[in-house]
Parts: sequence; structure tokens; C-alpha cells
Amino acid sequence: MAANFTLDSNPDSYFSLDDILASQEKVPCTFNTQVSNMGYMDQSTTDTNIVSGTKLELPFWLAKSLDRGSRSIINIDTPKNYKEVYRQIFTADPNVVDLHKLGPYFYLFGGKLISLHLPDNDDIASVLLKTFQGRFRRIMDGSQNTLNVDLTSQVSLLDEQERLLFSAGQQGLHDFQKWETRESEKLSTSTMVANHRKRKRFVLSSKSS
Amino acid sequence: MLAEKALDLIRELKRTSGGTLPPFNEDKIRQVLEEVQTLFEQNRDTAKYAAEGQHDVLAAIQLRHAGIQRNKRCLLAYLYNRLENIRRMRWEFGSVLPADVKYNMCEHEVQWFNQYNRLLANYMRSIGESGGLDLTQDMKPPKSLYVLVRCLMDHGEFETQDGTVILLKKNSQHYLMRSECEHLIRQGVLEHIVQ
Repeated sequence: MAANFTLDSNPDSYFSLDDILASQEKVPCTFNTQVSNMGYMDQSTTDTNIVSGTKLELPFWLAKSLDRGSRSIINIDTPKNYKEVYRQIFTADPNVVDLHKLGPYFYLFGGKLISLHLPDNDDIASVLLKTFQGRFRRIMDGSQNTLNVDLTSQVSLLDEQERLLFSAGQQGLHDFQKWETRESEKLSTSTMVANHRKRKRFVLSSKSS
Repeated sequence: MLAEKALDLIRELKRTSGGTLPPFNEDKIRQVLEEVQTLFEQNRDTAKYAAEGQHDVLAAIQLRHAGIQRNKRCLLAYLYNRLENIRRMRWEFGSVLPADVKYNMCEHEVQWFNQYNRLLANYMRSIGESGGLDLTQDMKPPKSLYVLVRCLMDHGEFETQDGTVILLKKNSQHYLMRSECEHLIRQGVLEHIVQ
């Protein structure tokens, strides 16, 4: 239930908010040709044109749509967080890295990068998988075995998709707990109504003070 | 940067939590549409040169076209996700939405909501045996015909099916038919007490 409004069920959907946000992550690009009248995209110069050889960080969606193999107008480079240096860090110990800081959509964006056919494609793919494998155990452990404990320090290190997994685990644990205490047959206020009411109370109390 | 404003709309939706609907950002949508219009006009003008054989403008056209596509995607996603949110609220709040949610909807959304309401009502009337079937009832499998409930707030008088009028006063307890009071429990007026 909690997953309903945090992440969409299908992250590949055209309408998915997460997919849109993930495809906004920046990719370093070099222009091969001159692009006339688009100089305003490069804020470091006042030229009206983007000259050939300009290096710009373009959002993924733009890089993807300009990527046309060898005759492309841009050359795409691997983003910093997925380069060899970072890949080594992930391989050393995936559990200590703060994936939320390294781009909240580490896996989703990583998966998109693969579609660009960069030279180190295979390495990126295997690092994504290994990082997830290495971290999964801890995520599952944390979400399945802690009831009513503050886990902010652990959750803050997780990437958006890992957070979804984590909350799904927590939800399952809570549901099981409810079933054990025979709470599951109790009719309860819908969570949306409860949230709405809380917010309203907050607005009212801040107005009166 | 291209499509920066459209992304603001998406971020705005992402920030809001369940149970609320952010105000319809008409202003920003107009700005995005203006950006699309400018990009389109620039493309249309430069396309002439491209047709005359100037191939150096093709890159710029490609770039702007990607911007248009992106803006379109963001706008559609904004509208779609809002509708999804409203649709979910229909099931949670019932056919009447809270005033502040209604206030934040745009005219088309209000229209859509009314139509959705009508469709749902017609459908629920058409299924089941005579009298239809309320799909929003019995979200959890019922175990007994009557349930014990406690009032969480003053709700005024309530007439049950057999004609008795009871006063739902805060902290009073009643033994009511499950089907009658389930929606009041969902709305947080009553609390179900399990012995």
C-alpha cells in the first residue's frame, strides 16, 4: 500500500515519474559538429553557436536521442560515477557506499547507460549486478528483522529502487505482525484519509499559532 | 537548458505525499507550452535551409526536436499522474472529495472526476443481483454481521436501515451493522473495536 504513491509499478512506462527523473541524470558529451544558434545551452560562453569540440554535460534523454552511432553529432563518455575508479570502490565493498548520494537512481540510470553502447559497457553491467548482489543481503536483513526501530541511517544510503525493496520488506513484516495479533481483521481508517487529516491538522495548528 | 521547466513539474509531483493533491500549476504549464512553441517555430524556420541543402543546421534541428519530445513527455506524465492520484482518491475518500483537494483541481480534472464517478456508479449498479454491488465495501473479508465501534468525533445523527436514529457522539460506543458503518470507519469517524 505504501508503495502506491512513492514509486510507480512499472519504471519503464512513458508516464513514470521515476523514469523521467532518472533520465535527467547528466552524461558528459563532446560535440563533433557545430550546432548553430544553440549556444545558450553552454553557459560558459556567449557564442551563438555550439562549436565543434565543445564539452557539455547533457541530460541522458538528450544524449540518447542524439546518439546515432559513428555518424552521431556527439561523442558520449562514461559518467564519473560509473568509471573505473568508482567501479573499483563498488567492487571492494558495496555496502559502505552511499548510493543515494551517487545519483538517487543508481541502478535505473545505470541500466539506461547500457543502452548507449559505451566502450566499457560490459564492466558497467557486471558492476551494477555485483553491487546489488553485495547489498541485497543487508537490505533484506534490515527490512525483515527490525520492527519499530529508527533505520534512517541505513535507509539514507539506499538508492531509490533499494528503498522500494526495503519498504516492501517492512510492509510485509508489519502485515505479518498484524496477522499474529489478529489485527488484520480489524477495519481501519484508510491511510490516505489519515494522511490528509494529519496534514489538515498541521495547517490548522500553524494558522492559529 | 532545454525542458528545465517541465522537469520542475515532475519534481513537484514527486515531492507530494499521499492524501494530498498539489495545486494545478497552470502557470508553469503555459511556460512549457511556450517553450515548445518557440522550439517548434525555430525548427520550422531552419527546416527551410535544410531543404535547400544546408546540412549544418540538421544538428540543431535534432537537438530542438528532442527538447520538444521531452517537454511533451513531462507534460503528459504530469497530467496522467495527477489523474491517477485523483482516481485513487475516489476509492479512498468516496464520491465526495475533501474541499481542499477539490480546490486544487483544474476544471478539466473536475469534469473527469465527475464522469469517472458516474461511470463507477453505473457499473456498480449494473452488477450483482437487484440493487447492484458496492465495490468499495468489504475491502477486508467480513467475519460477522455486526461490529462494535467507537466514535472518534462528533458526527451527528445517523439513521440505520431499520429506522432507528442513533447519535454518533465522541467516545460513545455502538453495535452496528458492518455494511452500514464500514465507510464511516474508512473515513476515520468510527473506530472498529476487536474483542
